[in-house]
Amino acid sequence: MRININSVFVDSQVKALDFYTNVLGFVKKHDVPLGEPGDENRWLTVVSPENPEGAELLLEPAGHPAVGPYREALVSDGIPATQFAVDDVRAEYERLQGLGVRFTQGPLEMGPVTTAVLDDTCGNLIQIIQEG
Amino acid sequence: MIRKQGLAYSGGMADEMFKALADPTRRKILDELTERSGQTLFEICARLVNKHGISMSRQAISQHLAVLEDAGLVESRREGRQKFHTMNPAPLRHITERWIEPTEQESSP
Repeated sequence: MRININSVFVDSQVKALDFYTNVLGFVKKHDVPLGEPGDENRWLTVVSPENPEGAELLLEPAGHPAVGPYREALVSDGIPATQFAVDDVRAEYERLQGLGVRFTQGPLEMGPVTTAVLDDTCGNLIQIIQEG
Repeated sequence: MIRKQGLAYSGGMADEMFKALADPTRRKILDELTERSGQTLFEICARLVNKHGISMSRQAISQHLAVLEDAGLVESRREGRQKFHTMNPAPLRHITERWIEPTEQESSP
C-alpha cells in the first residue's frame, strides 16, 4: 500500500490552482470535470515538479457544510492542514513573503528540523519543513 | 502611575499570578513567548514538545494558557483568522515593588 493522495479543502479551485502552481510552484497533474455539466467542481490535483510521479495533492472543493467550522477551528489555533518538505525553510520564507504570502509562524528551528506556517489564501494553513 | 498599578494588583490578582507561575510548563510557555512574541497555540505546542520534550495535548496547553491569561501574564489577540498569544510582564512588577524595591508600605496579602 502507498499513499498517493493528500487533500486540502479549498474555497475556490480556480484560486487554489493559481496559488499552488504560480506561488508555491507545484504543477497540475489531473483536471477532470465532476458531476453534471455546469457543475464547476473538478478532480484537481497537483504534484511537485521535483517528484511528478509522487504523491498528489487534491484541491478539494470546500462545499460540504462541515468543512467551514472544522477549518475555522483549526486555523484559529494555527494548526496546519498539511505539510510540504523544502530544502531551505528560510529561503522559501523570504521568497514567498516577496510574493505576498502571509506566514502565521516564521521560521522556527527545533533541533534537527526547521518549520514555518503559511496561509494558502484558500482557507488553510500549510507547514513547510526542512529536515537536517 | 506604577504605584497605582501596584495597588490595583494586590489581592486576588496576585494570587492568580503566583498560582500561574507555580507550574513549570506555564513558566516554559512564558519563556517561549518571551523569545518570540505573538504565537498561535500550534506554535506554542510545537516549541514545548520539540525544545522541552513536553508532549501534552493541545487542550491541556490551552488550559495552561487560560490560567496565564486569568493572571494577566498572557494576552491574546485575533489577527485575521488566527489567535495570537503574547506575554505581558506587567504583573511581575508586583514582585519587584513588594520585595525588591518597595516604595512605601503596601497592604498586600
